[in-house]
Amino acid sequence: MFNQTLTQIGAALRAKKISSVELTQTYLDRIATHNPAFNAYVTVDAKTSLAQALAADKLLASGSAQALTGIPIAQKDIFCAKGWRTTCGSKMLSDFIAPYDAHVIEQFNKAGAVNLGKTNMDEFAMGSSNETSYFGQVRNPWNEKAVPGGSSGGAASAVAARLCAAATGTDTGGSIRQPAALCGITGIKPTYGTVSRYGMIAFASSLDQAGPMAKSAEDCALMLNVMTGFDERDSTSLQREKEDYTRDLNKPLAGMRIGLPKEFFAEGLSADVGSRVQEAIAEYRKLGATIVGISLPNTRLAVPVYYVLAPAEASSNLSRFDGVRYGYRAPEYTDLADMYEKSRSQGFGEEVKRRIMIGTYVLSHGYYDAYYLQAQKIRRLIAQDFTDAFKQCDVIMGPTSPSTAFNLGEKGDDPVQMYLSDIYTIAVNLAGLPGMSIPCGFGDNALPVGLQIIGNYFDEARMLNAAHQYQLATDWHTRCPQL
Amino acid sequence: MIPYQPHLYKAFTMSLSTADVQKVARLARLAMNNTEIEAARVQLSGIFELIAEMQAVDTTGIAPMSHAQDLSQRLREDIVTETNQRELFQSIAPQVESGLYLVPQVIE
Repeated sequence: MFNQTLTQIGAALRAKKISSVELTQTYLDRIATHNPAFNAYVTVDAKTSLAQALAADKLLASGSAQALTGIPIAQKDIFCAKGWRTTCGSKMLSDFIAPYDAHVIEQFNKAGAVNLGKTNMDEFAMGSSNETSYFGQVRNPWNEKAVPGGSSGGAASAVAARLCAAATGTDTGGSIRQPAALCGITGIKPTYGTVSRYGMIAFASSLDQAGPMAKSAEDCALMLNVMTGFDERDSTSLQREKEDYTRDLNKPLAGMRIGLPKEFFAEGLSADVGSRVQEAIAEYRKLGATIVGISLPNTRLAVPVYYVLAPAEASSNLSRFDGVRYGYRAPEYTDLADMYEKSRSQGFGEEVKRRIMIGTYVLSHGYYDAYYLQAQKIRRLIAQDFTDAFKQCDVIMGPTSPSTAFNLGEKGDDPVQMYLSDIYTIAVNLAGLPGMSIPCGFGDNALPVGLQIIGNYFDEARMLNAAHQYQLATDWHTRCPQL
Repeated sequence: MIPYQPHLYKAFTMSLSTADVQKVARLARLAMNNTEIEAARVQLSGIFELIAEMQAVDTTGIAPMSHAQDLSQRLREDIVTETNQRELFQSIAPQVESGLYLVPQVIE
């Protein structure tokens, strides 16, 4: 049952083969058994989840169920959910009970889905290994010595270990796609502005975007149908017609032009990852796609640009944590300034403090033009590279991450090496484009490899089509670790 | 892809001084002792070496891109849309009294 698609689970619920309460309890039992090993969940609240399941069963009985009604979904602990502890992986919010629902949570509630629990993550979504969480590292279900990726590492681990039917994530520089790749699951970061950021704790507001993480492209399409939509409470939410992201899943791929950026296959890419990606491309050829060589010449600048812009926005966003209205306050202090400084120093972890420091520096007087403004100008060059590339192709493909999952502790002491592991994903956020990762085999160490698919603005349905057709022809997405 | 070669960009890098890091920590309202300042100085210098690669790019005439979508801000009527939930919001505050947030005394 744990390997069934959302469509199959939904059908079983509607046919009364299983109730939502039974299904939810089965997942809760599985979490109780396996979560101690993986630490994928930070908060589980069986009583609340089962109450939601009971309500869903009533909807199912009345015949007014929607696609996800009664299905247990894991929520990244970055989304405020009313009455739920919402920590963002930080000591700063370790006791924070959210007083309202994020738009994403509202959407799942309206759909009748069950909130199965809150998943672990890098603190304030800053990290690529889930090692910066205040609540401890998450382990990769394929190998407990390996990282699950980050920042949505708990979500990726939970989906891979089948500890939920599907999960939500957020992606500022690769935080959905990189953990999806490292844990062998499917995840999509939609076009910036497609999913409301209301109630999603901010990291870098011009880059943050929520999306689904699931077992397949088809499941991601169903999740996206629920998560997207205009929300006036997010000033960057786009006013667009509601889309059905499943509409193109079954289109044949004949004639689809796939662009391969030469910069994604150069030095720095592990040989095993490169081979698996090339094999996936060969499969796409068999499916009728045409392969086009393209160039994204400013790729190497994406990491430096990101590590100016994201910390700059973070230093501003995280200034709200001052120990006054909510969050951690130091137990002892002498005056107001001392209270601010001690509360922030004790409440934030090392990586968060590091990024606040970078951001404060690049925005400070005398350095603004050299760093922040220069980074914004190069951001335009990077976005323009994609605009030019999409004149020659329909989607772009390449590796999601330069290597398979690295070991816990391996890059912990070297922030620069950790930052470079996001080299293929970051440019997509800078441009605001949609990107996804699908499993395409295993590396030399038997850990999963992810294929990245990048689409033009609002081209999620086409990307999901490409992903789904590949998943019909291959079975990598059905592989899961033996627990 | 051209591999990252820090030595090529050293010319643009300036290594941070202890005073720089202390100033930034103060601006960011982060208390740091001398050991933490020195550790931050070394790590931040490494990161700025990575970032320095940007300085060699000619961006003459390029408009800064501040956002993923070049859209103007949406406007709405200037009316109250929120209900008053003071008690709920204050129930999660570190210290409140008589409906007010308490902080250390600022004015004598």
